[in-house]
Amino acid sequence: MVNEAVLINSEATNRALRRKAAKAKAGKIVANAFIYFVLLLMYLPIIYITVFSFSGSEVPGEWTGFTFANYGLLFDLDEVNSRMIWEAARNTALVAVTAAAISTILGTLGAIGIHYLRRKWKKNTLDFITQIPVVNAEVVTAIALVALYAFISARIVKIPFSFITLVIGHVVISIPYVVLSVGPKLEQMDPSLYEAAMDLGATQTQALWKVIVPDILPGILSGFLLSITLSLDDYVVTVFNRPKNNGTFHTISTFVDSITRRSALPTQLRAFTAILFVVILIVMIVMNVKSHHESRVILKKEKNKND
Amino acid sequence: MEAVVRKQRRFNFRGSLCIPYFVFMALFVVFPLAIIVYYAFTDELGFFSLANWATVFTTRKNWEVIGQTVIISAISTIICLLIAYPIAMLLSNKKFNKNKVLVYIFLLPMWINFVIRTIGLKALINGLTFALFKFELTDKYPLVAIVLGMVYDYLPFAILPLYNQMLKMDKNQIEAAADLGANPFRVFYKVIIPMTVPGIVSACMMTFMPTMSSYVIANKMSENKTSIIGNLVAYWFADSTSDLRFNIGSVISLVMLMIIGISLVLEKTLGNKEETQKKGGIW
Repeated sequence: MVNEAVLINSEATNRALRRKAAKAKAGKIVANAFIYFVLLLMYLPIIYITVFSFSGSEVPGEWTGFTFANYGLLFDLDEVNSRMIWEAARNTALVAVTAAAISTILGTLGAIGIHYLRRKWKKNTLDFITQIPVVNAEVVTAIALVALYAFISARIVKIPFSFITLVIGHVVISIPYVVLSVGPKLEQMDPSLYEAAMDLGATQTQALWKVIVPDILPGILSGFLLSITLSLDDYVVTVFNRPKNNGTFHTISTFVDSITRRSALPTQLRAFTAILFVVILIVMIVMNVKSHHESRVILKKEKNKND
Repeated sequence: MEAVVRKQRRFNFRGSLCIPYFVFMALFVVFPLAIIVYYAFTDELGFFSLANWATVFTTRKNWEVIGQTVIISAISTIICLLIAYPIAMLLSNKKFNKNKVLVYIFLLPMWINFVIRTIGLKALINGLTFALFKFELTDKYPLVAIVLGMVYDYLPFAILPLYNQMLKMDKNQIEAAADLGANPFRVFYKVIIPMTVPGIVSACMMTFMPTMSSYVIANKMSENKTSIIGNLVAYWFADSTSDLRFNIGSVISLVMLMIIGISLVLEKTLGNKEETQKKGGIW
């Protein structure tokens, strides 16, 4: 009797467990379907361009047979659009690296300074100023600089739009992100390390270089990468602050914008996008595999230590 | 000797490192905004005047554009949130997403130039609607197309803060609520949503603010038929030939800053409410 009851009972629990497992499995399938559906939507435009980079048709959407013609055209520097694409790509990279380097240096120094300020009001003022470009609309940031140069040009000395004004604009939009990614690292730092270095006879500069900077390096690095990312994708600040003397200065954003005003996307730009996509994909995979490998190595070391 | 030591102590070497940063920000962030304010309240000769404000606010077109912008931005933000929230939840779920690879896959499109991506989206949806309904979406329903473009471009920016917030979420509370008999919907409304309010607020900010000013997406997705506030500012500063172009452009910039200010105040009050709730929760 008792045994039978237990048997029935366990069968009931089994059934309940099975039902729960089936429910969980169904939930997982729905979740997977949702995630991959959204991913598909996000990637579809890029995949669309990539697929039609192998089609010779004038507009994407028409398949006229597989060809590498667009890629050939992209590397044919006698063609005016291809030459402009590469020039724009070079300009984009140049501005991004210059601006990111400047904002990383200024921003890191700024973050260290803000962290060690003694007066609360000074600290709060600087924190507030740091937030301005973050919350401000990008158009306003861009035209405020234009207004600044116009104001100074009319009253003191003429300021022409040049590579320098462009870089300043990019530094303005990216420098807060350097400060905001270095700041938390300084918070986490052990303050006695710096004191210890000083007690052991290091000068202030030495202590800064050998103690503080190595400790906050991950923050500095992610600030630099963020700056590059922001700068590569920028359109508004570039359009208003780019050099205006000899010919039109183009980055990828402004070039694609201006060319698609008059006509469809040039066919070689499809090839360019496809190459860009593949390069970014490879960089991403390599970084992932590397960090995966590193974390494994660390795990192994820990394990060895424990053994 | 003692005087030297005291002097050394008084000079804050590390604090002084922020001087170049401060000078840069004062010159290129604070001062330009002051000049915008100056232009907004002066006429072309530099005399105080409120005429620019009157011009801006008596032009019907400006009101239409401002209203249109707020509606487009609000709808895009809500759609972004509705898609980003479940995705962030799934991505932060250790059972579902063991490594971070999926997160990176969601963020990867950010590294491809947004103008190219927008053009790709436009070509794709136009091709699709033309094949199905024989019209081009950007031509017939430019507002719908703009919202689609905004959602597409800013979705990763909504996912990231939500994901970060959900990683910090206390999982025990969810389990506790379930153990105490709350059904999944109740757990979601009473436990998960309140815990992720800061993430929701910052995701809204990350999408609402840039959608107001990114007029390139609006231009491309509506074939230049529909304007948002960003277009107005750009028009006055770049294309207009009026003597008052900077002055009127500055007024519109200040209007934009006011909208941003209002949304920031809303953010602050929402964030504070969350904090007091948390404090109350402990007791």
